[in-house]
Formats: sequence, structure tokens, C-alpha cells
Amino acid sequence: MIDFENVKLKVNDKEITIGAVLMSDGSTRKNKTGAWRSKRPVVDFERCTGCGVCWSLCPEGCIEKRSDGKFEADLDYCKGCGICANECPRKAITMVMEEK
Amino acid sequence: MAILGLPEEEYFARGHRACAGCGAAIAIRLITKAAGRNSILIESTGCIEVVSTPYPETAWRLPWIHGAFENPASIASGICAALKAMGKEDKINVVALAGDGSAYDIGFGHISGAFERGHNFTFICYDNEAYMNTGIQRSGATPYGAATTTSPAGKISIGKEIWKKNLVHILADHGSPYVATASIGYLTDAYRKIKRAIETKGPTFVNLLATCPTGWRSPTEKSIEIARLAVETGIYPLYEIIEGRHVINRPKNVSDLKPVEDYLKIQGRFRHLFRPEKNEKAINFIRERVKSNLELLIEHAQKNL
Amino acid sequence: MTKQIMEASHAIAEAVRMAKPAVIAAYPITPQTHIVERLSEFIADGELDSEYIRVESEFGAISACLGASATGTRAYTATCSQGLALMNEVLFIVSGMRLPVCMTVVNRALSAPISIWNDHQDSISARDVGWIQMYAETSQECYDLTLMQFKISEDHRVLTPSMVCLDGFTLSHVYEPVDIPAQEQVDKFLPRYKPYHAILDPEQPMTLGPIGFPSEYMEIRKSQIDAIEDSLRVIEEVYNEFSDSFPVGIKKARPERYFHVEEYQLEDAEIALVAMGSVCGTIKVVIDELRKKGERVGLLKLITYRPFPRQAIKDALKRVEKVAVLEKAVSPGGDGPIYCEFSSLFYDSEDRPELRDFIIGLGGRDVSLEHIKKIYEMTKEGKGEKQEWVF
Repeated sequence: MIDFENVKLKVNDKEITIGAVLMSDGSTRKNKTGAWRSKRPVVDFERCTGCGVCWSLCPEGCIEKRSDGKFEADLDYCKGCGICANECPRKAITMVMEEK
Repeated sequence: MAILGLPEEEYFARGHRACAGCGAAIAIRLITKAAGRNSILIESTGCIEVVSTPYPETAWRLPWIHGAFENPASIASGICAALKAMGKEDKINVVALAGDGSAYDIGFGHISGAFERGHNFTFICYDNEAYMNTGIQRSGATPYGAATTTSPAGKISIGKEIWKKNLVHILADHGSPYVATASIGYLTDAYRKIKRAIETKGPTFVNLLATCPTGWRSPTEKSIEIARLAVETGIYPLYEIIEGRHVINRPKNVSDLKPVEDYLKIQGRFRHLFRPEKNEKAINFIRERVKSNLELLIEHAQKNL
Repeated sequence: MTKQIMEASHAIAEAVRMAKPAVIAAYPITPQTHIVERLSEFIADGELDSEYIRVESEFGAISACLGASATGTRAYTATCSQGLALMNEVLFIVSGMRLPVCMTVVNRALSAPISIWNDHQDSISARDVGWIQMYAETSQECYDLTLMQFKISEDHRVLTPSMVCLDGFTLSHVYEPVDIPAQEQVDKFLPRYKPYHAILDPEQPMTLGPIGFPSEYMEIRKSQIDAIEDSLRVIEEVYNEFSDSFPVGIKKARPERYFHVEEYQLEDAEIALVAMGSVCGTIKVVIDELRKKGERVGLLKLITYRPFPRQAIKDALKRVEKVAVLEKAVSPGGDGPIYCEFSSLFYDSEDRPELRDFIIGLGGRDVSLEHIKKIYEMTKEGKGEKQEWVF
């Protein structure tokens, strides 16, 4: 086992690691890609049957299952590609322009 | 937990820098679910490597190594040998991931070597049909008639004038026990194949068509639709070669095919085949070649070849 | 310790066998072939329990070693010349990732024109790839340095890949007596590899080989440079530990105590010849002859070349008036590579020696006693240009 504390280095007051290694901890989550989009998906939950197609197809993997079994995108990360809306078998998702 | 038959756990975290609508990102989410926790991933230089590891961040939740552009298969060979030496032979999934630029061109010789030696690993090519990360340049996987930045359509050119290289059959001929074509337009089919490739002992290969809206110049919301049309028009048929024998998944009949124009006209990279006027000669060439390729595949399957 | 007459290639294969790398990935290239063939024989006879990957090219070889090392095992390869050049891209990557891959380079000239004969162009051209480089003069040194390189590279203060270089044909294919220790002694000196900073293990998922933006790249590179500079200390420690654990068995086959340099009759020398590799044997013979005639001449043999052992060189040459650098490599359009490093080393010294550059033995051109004598005379009499080619 690697002791990650041993791997950390400081050079020029900057924190780095030996050989630029990282723990595979999905730390890109720090980066909120939601700021990229110009359109966002809006779900009509009356039509949504919780089939999960949108969840399977989202390139960001940011569509989450709600407690009622239906699905909704995490807007912190949604880039507004529109795949979920285009593929939803129930046409339950509409892409809406962001105001700002 | 499963949704649509796919494991719920995410091994490719959100916040990665892929374009909106990236087919390769969809592919990677799928591949990592098929591989699961007990895997080691080896990645080539390319779009996925670049968007997933912006040091000091990483989108990965699995053991993952990137060496160089052309050598994921060689690095995987070294990993397989090391695991064997550690008494872990065949106990961990070794999955090499590469774009078509790496797999079809610069890394081709190394895949061939690894397959010839018969290491127990799976090579998955996320095929977006060009060198996308460096700016949409032509690769061996770029289809006939597609415009790229190094094979642009112009006054005397229709884009790439060579048919797409057939890496699938080349690797099947190396004696691989399982090779398959897959598309993000048919996600559960792709999942099944990736899983089978990983679970099959020996060197296995899946070519996974992954739409690139940036490079194919297509609307981001249509990435899945286009990857489906590629199959429905017969341009990119889904098939498996299992122990050297063909199995056709779809389309099963030449008469079932949607017109190739349906696929070509939604993508900007084929725009020059329709504007300023329809290039009947080129489109006809594509149509006929698609038909004959599919007929040959179907014949192989029917004759158990 | 048992004394055997063996080819230097086989001495290296024996050292590798005793170091027990888990993975060997190598591609055949003259004159390295005897090493990898012997290793294959060991494996076929059950005397070495390594996984041998018969790769499709040297690029495949170094890539497989990268993968094996990242998985947490000891990995070894051997090559030279065209093969080393082909590996070039990945050599940088292995050192940048701080993976302790170990390699033998059987020095051979570079094409074009194609040559299978000895010179140092291949490894000298690779002096910037960030690998430790050590040069052997004899078969015994080949064996010894090969054992030592694993210990040096894997030390967690170093974590730098290394190459042990020996002259193709003029050393690799020559039979000499070699003193081989017992396996138990080797096991004591060289324990199993234990990864320190990187591993590919589902139990502890890590990301290796990310992109380095301008905001981090320089610091990462600096940390690598710091490590290779600091490795001088560790290399010296390992040299000492080896010399203590394995005393000299065959006189004159290796230094009594390994060090970054070997001084031969330098104590009162006015003129020093500087060289690396097997040509040092020829030079020592000439020095003995010249000394009999009362000439005050000595040899400074470089064993560690990367990292460049600046202080050791300065200390060794502090009383010398003239230094002739003999090198088997060139830098087209520039001055001799090793000459430049010596120039840089002595630039600020007030009492710096006179420095001369002699290009010898390219493409396997024989370097004879006469050549060395001529070099000595030219240096003593101050004849010739700053850089002289000794054909």
C-alpha cells in the first residue's frame, strides 16, 4: 500500500506529488461545469416514468435518481447538451434557454 | 443496484472537461461500469486522457495509467505480466482504452504485438473517427467522404477518399477469441459486448462508435441519435466475431437499411456531399459499398464463417 | 563468491537473474542479444522465475516495463543504438513518472550510416532523458553495477530509472574472469522491490500520468531534477555498501571501493586523461608505460555519468594542469558533449586546468595504445586544435 502522505512534496511553495501521481478519487467534482451551458433540461415529472434512459446517456453522469424513482440533472454540472431531452422515450424533457 | 441493467456506481466522475454531448464520455461511463471496481485501466493520449486528468484533479475512481499515445497495448502487456508474476493472473480486469487515432494508426503495431502474444486483456477503441483532441485531423478510421482538417473538402476533393480501415477483422485474424463492433446508439448492446470482451480470456477487442459533435459538426443533442443512424443505415453494422465466427446483430437485412443520406446529412463533416448540390457519385459509392460490405458480413454469418 | 570466466553479456544476465526482476521485456538488437538470449535460457530451464515478454519493438519493451513497474514489480530491459533511440519518447515518460525501471545499454553507434560497432553516441544522446547513467570498464563492473542499479533506482529517495552502459563487442563479447557472489548475499544486499509512490491496484486506485498544465509542470520537473541530483548521495551509499558486502575477488577487475570516479595514478599527475568504459583498460596500459618513462600522467575514469559527479571530478583533478577529455560521442554543430560538461564545471575555478577534447573510436574504430600515446603527446606539447579527431 502507498502512504499518500509520503508522496506529497512542496516545490516553490506549491503542493505537488512525486511523479504527479493522484489518488483516483474523482476530484474533478470540484469543477462545476454547469457554468458552461446555455440551455438547461426541464423535466415534466407527470410524463417521466423513471425509465433511466436519460441517466444512462448523460455524458457527465450528472443525472440522479430522486427519492420518487424519477430522474433529474444536477445543474451544478449539466453542460446543456440536450441528449436527455432528445432521447427521452416519453418526451418528458425540454431544453430551456438560460436567462443570464 | 442497477438501472436499465447497468450498475449504478459511477467510476468516471462529473466535472471532467469533455465537450457538451461528448460521445466518448458516454462510452467511458459505460466501459467503466462494465469493467467494475476490480480493474486496471490503461489509456492512450487523446481526448479522454486530457479531459479526465487535469492535474491535480482526476475524474477517475479506478486504477488508471496513461503512458504515451501509441502504447496502451504494450503497457497493458507489462501489467498482465506483472500481475502474473504477483500471482494475480486473470484475477483483475486489464482494460486498455484508446481513441481511433491511437488504435488504428500510431498504436496499431503495438496492439498487433499484444494480440499476437495473447495477453489476457481487453482493448476498447472509442472511435470518433479522427484525431479529435488535436483538432479533428484524419485518421485511418475516418470514413469515406468525411471532411477533416487534414482531409478537407475542397474544389477538387471530397474529403477522405479512402474507405475506413477495418481494424476489427485484422484483430480477429490475430486469433482473438472475441471482437465486436458497438455503438453508443445501442447502449445495452454495447454494455453486453464490453462485458463479454472483459470476461473472455485472451486478447479481446471492441470498437465502440462514439459521436463527436465538435468534430462531426453535429448538434450536441443528437449524439446518440447519430450513433444509432450509423447502424440503421448499415454504415456501421453491429456484429461480433466469436472464436472466428461471425454473428450479425443489426441490421440483419440489406432491405432493412435506412438511406445513407439520413445519417450523412445531419453532420457538418459530410455537408459538402449535399451543398451546393448533392454529390450523387460519392453518395452512391458509399451506398453501394455499405450494401456490399453488409452482404459479405451477412453471408459470413449465415455460412458460420 | 565463485570465480568464472564469462562474457560480459553473460555476467550481466547473471546479475539480472540474481536480482530477480518480475518482468523482462526486451527486443533483440546486436550486440545486446547475448544478454536477452541468456535470460531466456535461464527462464526456459527454470533458473529464473520472470515473465519474459517478447515484445514487438523496443518501444513496446520500454512501455511494457513502464506498465510492469507501475503495477509494483521490478522490471528490466536491455537495448542500444537504434533501439534506445526508438525508446526515446518513453524514456522521458518513465523518468517523469519516477518509475525505477532498470536497463542495460550495450553501447553501439547510431545510423546513418548504420553501424553495429561501439561508440557512446546512443547513451550520451540520451543524457537528457532523466535516467541515471553508469559506465562499466570490465565484465566484473558490468556484473556489479547491474546489481547496484536496482538498489539505487528503487531507493525511495531516488525513484529514478537507470541504465548501465557497456561497450558493444569490445566489452560485451569479451571473456574475462568474474567473481559472482552467492544468491543469499545478493538477496541481503538487494531486497524485494517495494513501491513507494505509485501502484496500479484496485485496492488503492491511483491515477498515474495526468496532464501537467503550465501552472504545475515546472514544479513537477524541478522535483524530478532535485531527486536525480540528490541521488549522488544515495549512489555513493550503495557503492559503499556494495564494496563492504562484496570485497574484491579478482584484482584490477574493479575498484577496491566503488565511487563516482576511479582515479588511476592521478595523485601527482600533471596531465589527466578522462574517459568512460572499456577504453580505460587501454589507457591504463599506456599510463603504466608512460609512468615508467617518468611521465606524470593519470586517468580519471567516470563511472557515474548522470547525475554528473561534479565535486568528485573537481576533487580528483585539483592538482592537474592539463585535462584531455576522450569521448566516443559528438554533438554535431557544437562542442564535444563531455568536454562541454567539464568546461562548465571548471569555468568559475581560478586555477582551472587546460582542457582538450579528443573524439575517438566512433562507429567502432579501434582505439589503440598508439592513439592514446598520441593524445598524451598532443596534450603535453599543446599541439592541435581545441577539438581533435583521432582517426
